Amino acid sequence: MKKFLKEYINAPVEAAPLAVFRILFGVMMLGSMIRFWSYGWIDKLYVQPTYFFSYYGFEWIKPLGEFTYLIFFICAVSAIFVAIGYRYTIAIIVFFLSFTYIELMDKTTYLNHYYFISVLSFVMIFLPASTYFSVDATRNPKKANQYVPAWTINCIKLLLGVVYFYAGLAKLNSDWLIKAMPLKIWLPSKFDIPLLGDLVSQEWVQYAFSWSGAMYDLAIPFLLLYRKTRPFAFVLVVVFHVLTRVLFPIGMFPYIMIISTLIFFDAALHHKIANGISKLFRITKTRFDNQRQFSFGHGLLPKFKYTLVSLFFILQLVLPFRYLLYPGELFWTEEGYRFSWRVMLMEKSGYAQFKVVNGETGRWFYVDNSDFLTPIQEKQMAFQSDFILEYAHFLKEHFEEDGHKQIQVYVDCQVSLNGRLSTTFIDPKVDLVQEKESFEPKHWITPFKDEIKGI
Amino acid sequence: MKKILLCIVFLTLIGACSSDNEGVEPEPSAGLKATFERSTMLTNWADNIIIPSYDAFSLELDALNTSFDTFKTDASTTNLIAFRASWLSAYKMWQRVSMFEIGPAETLGFRLNMNIYPTDSEKITGYIVSGTYDLSLSSNRDAKGFPALDYFINGIGADDEAIVAKYNDTDKDATFTYVEVVLTEMTTLTNNVITEWKTSYRDVFVANDGASATASVDRLANDYIFYYEKFLRAGKMGIPLGVFSGTTLPQNVEAYYQQGTSNELFLEGLSAVQDFFNGKHFGSSTTGESLASYLDALNTVKNGEDLNNIINTQFNTAREMVAGLASFRSEIENSSLPTEMLLAYDEVQKAVVLLKVDMVSAMSISIDYVDADGD
Repeated sequence: MKKFLKEYINAPVEAAPLAVFRILFGVMMLGSMIRFWSYGWIDKLYVQPTYFFSYYGFEWIKPLGEFTYLIFFICAVSAIFVAIGYRYTIAIIVFFLSFTYIELMDKTTYLNHYYFISVLSFVMIFLPASTYFSVDATRNPKKANQYVPAWTINCIKLLLGVVYFYAGLAKLNSDWLIKAMPLKIWLPSKFDIPLLGDLVSQEWVQYAFSWSGAMYDLAIPFLLLYRKTRPFAFVLVVVFHVLTRVLFPIGMFPYIMIISTLIFFDAALHHKIANGISKLFRITKTRFDNQRQFSFGHGLLPKFKYTLVSLFFILQLVLPFRYLLYPGELFWTEEGYRFSWRVMLMEKSGYAQFKVVNGETGRWFYVDNSDFLTPIQEKQMAFQSDFILEYAHFLKEHFEEDGHKQIQVYVDCQVSLNGRLSTTFIDPKVDLVQEKESFEPKHWITPFKDEIKGI
Repeated sequence: MKKILLCIVFLTLIGACSSDNEGVEPEPSAGLKATFERSTMLTNWADNIIIPSYDAFSLELDALNTSFDTFKTDASTTNLIAFRASWLSAYKMWQRVSMFEIGPAETLGFRLNMNIYPTDSEKITGYIVSGTYDLSLSSNRDAKGFPALDYFINGIGADDEAIVAKYNDTDKDATFTYVEVVLTEMTTLTNNVITEWKTSYRDVFVANDGASATASVDRLANDYIFYYEKFLRAGKMGIPLGVFSGTTLPQNVEAYYQQGTSNELFLEGLSAVQDFFNGKHFGSSTTGESLASYLDALNTVKNGEDLNNIINTQFNTAREMVAGLASFRSEIENSSLPTEMLLAYDEVQKAVVLLKVDMVSAMSISIDYVDADGD
C-alpha cells in the first residue's frame, strides 16, 4: 500500500504530459464549440425549439433564447484560457460550468462524450495543469513547477480507462456478441464509404466489428498502460477511432479520444510536443524546466480536494452499475442507462401517440407531436420513458391552459429495439398525469418481451 | 513486437471465429445475400414510378382543361357531368403523385398549391365579386387547386341544375375566369415540375445514392412516411374525424362537396402508397427494386415473418376496413361517435408505426443530421 501510494499517488513526475493535455484539451474544446456554432446547431437545437426536456432535478436549467449564444461564447473563451493556461483555475471552472449548463439544457442531445467532457473538466479543476508551460507559470514564476504528484496524471488515465473498460463491459451481451446487433443494422447502410463499402454488408464483417470492438474497449486501457504494448495500442486507438468516425456520425469524439490517450505516453513525447509549440509561438520553454516540484500544501483545503476527487472517482466506478437496482431489461427500460459509458449499443426507435382526455366531459383527442417538438426531440422522446412522462405532464399543463379540465394523458407507444418488431412500450391504460418522475422503477413500462443475456 | 504479433493473431482469430457464427443464425439466406444497390432502387423510382406518374397526371390535367373548355362554350348539364368526371379522374391521379414532394415539387410547394382543403368558398365568392385576386399568394392556397374545383363543380349549387344555372347567369364570366385561373396555375405548376424532373432533377436524384440525411433514399423515404402520416392518415381521415381536435370536422374531408369521393381518393392514395412501397411500375404489374425488396435484402425477419409482408398485410387490412365504410362525410356527420371509421383509422395508424419505427430502423434511415452515439 505504501509503495502504491508512493509510486502512483505522490511520486513526483514530469508535469509536461499534464500541460500538453491541457493545451490539446483546450484547443479541441474550442474547435468543438466553433464546429457546433458553424453548423447552426445552437439555433436549431436550443433557440428554435419551443420545448426542452430537462434532467430530473435540473428543470431550472433552460436555454436562454438568443443569450444561449453567449453561453457558447463564454465556453469557447474559457477553452482558450485553459489551452494557454491563463488564470487556469477560474478558466476551467467557467468551462466546466458553461459546458455542463449547455448539456443540461435539453437531454434530447445527451451524448456520452459530452458527459465525458463534463466529467473530465470537473476533475481538471483540481489538477495543477497550468503549473508548467502556461501563461500563469510565466507571469508568476513562483508558481511554476516542472514536477507534479503522479496522481494528477494518473487520474486522467484512470478516467479514460474507466470510459473504455465500462464501454467494453456494456458490450458483453447477447445482442452485441451473438446477434451482432446493432452493427448488423448500421453497417450495411454505410455501403457508400470508400474501401469498406463492399464489406460492411457481409455478415462476418459485422461479427468481426462487434467482437473486436468489445475486445478493443476492454483491452485498450491495459495495452496503453503497459510500456511495451503502448505504441501498438496507440495505433489501435487511431485505427479504431478513425473507423468509428468514418462509419458513424459521432462528431469530435474520436479525435478527443485519440488526443486524450497521448497522456499515457512518457514525458519525453510531451516535451517534444511542447518544443514544437515553443518553436511555433517563440516561447522559451527552458524557463519552465526549473526542477521544482508542485505541492498541494497541507491543511484542510488540500485534504478536502483529495476527498472530493476520491469520492468522485468512487462514484464514477459505482454509477454505471446502478441499473442493477432496477427490475427489467436495461436496454428496454433504460433505467440507469445514461452516464454509464453505454455507447453505440442500441438501434432503438419508437412511435408515441398521446391521447388527451378531458376527465370532465370524456372528450378526447390525439396530440400532433410536431406542434411542440422538433423531429429530433420527437425521435428521442418516443422510446425513452422519462421523456414520455415529462412530455405527458407538459401536455397536461398546456391543454389545461387551453381550458380543458381534469386532464388525463395516455400514450400508445410502440418501440423497436435492435431489429425486433415494435411492441408496446408503455401501458396504454396508465394515466401518465398521475405518475411522478423519481428514481423509483417505472411500473408503467410494459415488460420486455424478449431476453438479452449478459451485463 | 511479439506482443503486437500476438494481438494481431488474436484479433484475426476473433474475426475468423465470429464468421463461423453465421451457421447459428436462423436466417436461411444469411451469407448469400447480395448487396442491395440503392441506385437501382432510385432509378426504378424515378424512371418507372415518379416520372410516368407525373406524365399520366399531366395528361389527366389536359383532359380536365379540355372538358372545361367544352363546358365553357356550352354550360349544359351533360358537359358539367363530363367536366366533373375529368376532375375526379385527375384528382385520383393526383393521389399518385402527391407523395413525391421532393426536388422541384418541394421547391414549388406543389402539394400546398394543388390540394389544400377545406377550400374557403366565401373567400372564392368574394374574389369573384371583386374581380381582384392573386392566387399565387400563400394566403390563397385554400382558394385554388382541386378543392376549389370541387366547389365550382359540386358545391356552387344544390344540384346539377342549380350549378349549371350559376354558369349561365350574369356573373358567369367572372366565375369562368376564376376557374380558368385555377386550372392554368395547376397546369403550369405541373409542367414545371415535370420539365425539371426530366431535364435535370432525375439525374441529380439518381446520382445522390449515398446514405445520409441528405441522400435521395433517406429523403424520399422520409417524405413518403411524412405523406402517409400527415396527409393520408391525418389529412384525409384523422382531422375530419376530430382525433386531433376532440370534435369532428366533417367539412374538412377531401372533396367535401361530392359525397363518397373522399373515400375513393383515400383508397387511391393508399394504393399509391402501397404500390410505391412494392416498387410497382406505374400502369403495370411489374415491380422493381423498392422499399420492400430493400427490406428483403436486409433480411428483416420479425417474429419469423418478413417485415415486408407485415407491412403489406397492414396496408391490406387498412384498405379493407376503409372500403367497408359509408362516405366519410356521412360517417362523421350522421353519428355522434363514428366508431366504424375510428376503427378503420386505427388500422391505417398501425402502418405508421411499421413504416416509421420498424422500416426506418431496419434501413437505418437518418431523420436529420446531428451527432449521435447510438442513443
